[in-house]
Amino acid sequence: MTLEIKTSNIKPIRNTYGHIARRFGDKPASRYQEATYDNAALVNFHYKPLWDPDHDLNDPRRTAIHMEDWYALKDPRQFYYGTYVQNRAQMQEKAEGNFSFFEKRDLGARLSEDVLSKCVRFLLPLRHVEQTANLNNMHCSASTNYCTALAQATKFEAMDRLGNAQYFSRVGLALDGNSGSTLNEAKEFWMTDSAWQGVRALCEKTLTVKDWYETFLAQNLVFDSLLNDLYYRQMDAWLSVNGGQDLLILLDFMSSRLTDSQRWVDSVVKLTAAESDGNKELVQSWISAWRISAQQALEPLASAMLGEEALADAFSALETRLGKIGLGG
Amino acid sequence: MARVQIAFQDNDESRYIVSAIEEDNPDSTIHYEPALIRIENEGSLQINKATVEAHMGREWDVQSIHVNLVTLTGNIDEDDDYFKLAWGGQ
Amino acid sequence: MQAKKLNVKDKYRLLTRDLDWEFSYEDRKEAFPYEEFEGIKITDWDKWEDPFRLTMDAYWKYQAEKEKKLYAIYDAFAQNNGHLNVSDARYVNALKVFLTAVSPAEFASSNGFAWAGRHYGGAGARVAAQMQSIDELRHYQTQIHAMSHYNKYFDGFEEFPHMHDRVWYMSVVKSFFDDCRSSGPFEYIVAVSFAFEYVLTNLLFVPFMSGAAYNGDMATVTFGFSAQSDEARHMTLGLEIIKFLLEQHEDNVPIVQEWIDKWLWRGYRILAVVAMMMDYMLPQKFMSWKEAWELYFEDAGGALFKDLERYGIKMPDFTETIKNEKDHISHQAWWVFYSHGHAAAFHTWTPTAEELDWLSEKYPDTFDQYYRPRLEAAAELEAKGERFYTAGLPQLCQTCQIPMFFTNVDEGKPTEIVYRESTYNDERFHFCSNECKHIFDREPEKYVHAWLPVHQIFQGNCGGGGLDEVMEYYRMGLGEMNLDYKGSPDEKRWKKWKGVA
Repeated sequence: MTLEIKTSNIKPIRNTYGHIARRFGDKPASRYQEATYDNAALVNFHYKPLWDPDHDLNDPRRTAIHMEDWYALKDPRQFYYGTYVQNRAQMQEKAEGNFSFFEKRDLGARLSEDVLSKCVRFLLPLRHVEQTANLNNMHCSASTNYCTALAQATKFEAMDRLGNAQYFSRVGLALDGNSGSTLNEAKEFWMTDSAWQGVRALCEKTLTVKDWYETFLAQNLVFDSLLNDLYYRQMDAWLSVNGGQDLLILLDFMSSRLTDSQRWVDSVVKLTAAESDGNKELVQSWISAWRISAQQALEPLASAMLGEEALADAFSALETRLGKIGLGG
Repeated sequence: MARVQIAFQDNDESRYIVSAIEEDNPDSTIHYEPALIRIENEGSLQINKATVEAHMGREWDVQSIHVNLVTLTGNIDEDDDYFKLAWGGQ
Repeated sequence: MQAKKLNVKDKYRLLTRDLDWEFSYEDRKEAFPYEEFEGIKITDWDKWEDPFRLTMDAYWKYQAEKEKKLYAIYDAFAQNNGHLNVSDARYVNALKVFLTAVSPAEFASSNGFAWAGRHYGGAGARVAAQMQSIDELRHYQTQIHAMSHYNKYFDGFEEFPHMHDRVWYMSVVKSFFDDCRSSGPFEYIVAVSFAFEYVLTNLLFVPFMSGAAYNGDMATVTFGFSAQSDEARHMTLGLEIIKFLLEQHEDNVPIVQEWIDKWLWRGYRILAVVAMMMDYMLPQKFMSWKEAWELYFEDAGGALFKDLERYGIKMPDFTETIKNEKDHISHQAWWVFYSHGHAAAFHTWTPTAEELDWLSEKYPDTFDQYYRPRLEAAAELEAKGERFYTAGLPQLCQTCQIPMFFTNVDEGKPTEIVYRESTYNDERFHFCSNECKHIFDREPEKYVHAWLPVHQIFQGNCGGGGLDEVMEYYRMGLGEMNLDYKGSPDEKRWKKWKGVA
């Protein structure tokens, strides 16, 4: 392409879209800003949803939380579609390398019976927990259609969790020579093992919650904090000292993904609670209620998997996290 | 029988796929349109991993067909080593 | 242990459907409450055939590859002032229509699929819908980013979300997606995945993108074809969902047939704007609307319906009407926008002599007889400095919300406008066609709620009764993004950049 045009003649007449300029000033905007802010429909809907005639199609009143400006709940990672998939593509490339290394070196054969059975009974059923997290975040995404900042970040979290569920399934396939037998065993544990029934009941319960913000808190803050500590800290440590280090490389995707995901969840909850006393009280009452449910649900699992202290340790990790976002007891 | 069709973005990688299609589906018709290549065939059309790889001279994952695909019509049957479009009971 | 090779189908089953389980502690209907109210009967979700088998790892990988290519082109386009390479600044008006009308619809669709992808009882269908949800988000955002550069140099892009919720012709598209999103999960997916994606999207995207290629707009070509590469998956989902519903239970057949009829018609009506874009808004023409329709609907759609015959599905009865209309709608739509050019967020114009001849050639049976004389008369008025704008507001169809301009081509009366009406709760409602009336009559309680822009103006809900007030409510102003291309700021800047007097 030859450029014969005198570029000095070619001045932009505006730097960004009107709604972006009203929020940030008429200056060049980031792609996250243009992709995210003030572009979701808010008024003049044509029909009432047949499945929810009390609300508009896009309606902030699907939660009891109130925000003056819902876009305040932005994503600190500034993920829009393009940056999100490119980030996760890099992570999956690494994960792919880990899986092929594990399979090529037949590292599964070096794992002891103890580690293997622990993995099948306690690790693989997490694929069903992750599937629950997928649905819960998709519920949040569908319900936050009035605010792209939330609709997209919850959608990314939902897809991440489906990815997690698939990676856990692949761990099983890596261990059973692609027969799927470990996945069947793990599902049997999920369905009948008394250690798992509390968790399964809790998963089923979260799927019936209507207020999306309550779903968000129950899943992404309370339940996840506890599980993350149990698995990515305590179980991780157990595997390290019991000859299961090789398995850890297969969990690398899940544990490194947590870092950015938690930062986003913390930021959303912190800003919501800081908005008003009403929000703060509501958030706290939901957290309290779900802590109680999670305590009962996780106790049998944590004890069977890691011993009696395990859940108390996980709760203190939750406590620390809540303290950091200004919701400490 | 009805025609199935598939179209790819007109780029270097697509050209290998298209030449593989030509080889495996000798009766197909290829249309070069602005920025896209559209292929039609009566009844069905099959893309074989092995043929594409022979044309490209390297490994090719059937699922990566999505990167350059623009549109298609017909029922899809997809597996590790082929991608097939067909009308009717196949 | 020697690992056996797992084929794609088995692996995909283990990695998606097998994640589901039978509930023991809650009523599964509480978690998936919307599966039954539409009357669709699902007897066995296991019969679902996955239309494509992308797991998330492959999804991230291939989509990232597409995004990387796409944004590299956007960056190059912006750095090289790519907008200067388009055939003519008039072309950019097609993009304005696209961003203000189509892009927000992508977001609505993303939302509809999130909802459906949360609520189907079968994991296979859920995952397919969820992937489409995130794909549609992609389309929305890549379109905003593609237009971002144009927005800096042309008027008419800057208020796209505001306008989408308010401006009279935007409500045609908005009401389509509001309509399907307010339906149940199965009607939603038949509407969007089958009627729109499978049967009609080719007519939206392929002409648009080929048109862009002909007119030197590489940014649009690239996002368009990159988006289309997802559409291939979406179309496959559309076909799969139809076959699945039809195979599940014979009682589903008449319900699905009604949905196909309704949504094909609703979608077809929206495409009137694409017809006008192809025939009037591309300075470099490549294919007429009529030709595109014949290739992508009559030919490809014909094969599809032939394939569906075995399930007892037939081509909608109105196909003959559509066939009759293909010689007319682009000319009629352009005239509506030309004559309401003060209330449109893009510029309109009379075709050049060359363009008129092209239209005559492409539409030998209708153009010279019905449409050319009107455009020539408009050009004469323009030459005298009396550019024609109509003073009134158009009457809108209660269902499709398009101004009543469609004519009675079925009865060989192409100059007589079709008016249909129905009475519901003692109130009269007006329609552009038998089909729109039929859609209303089936669900009047839904369609009486339509936010009809012209009614809203008359009721004083759009800033006031005067044109100035309505234009302010639309954030349209007067004389920048609207009115004729000739004399517009767009034209002045273009001439300056190109060094033409």
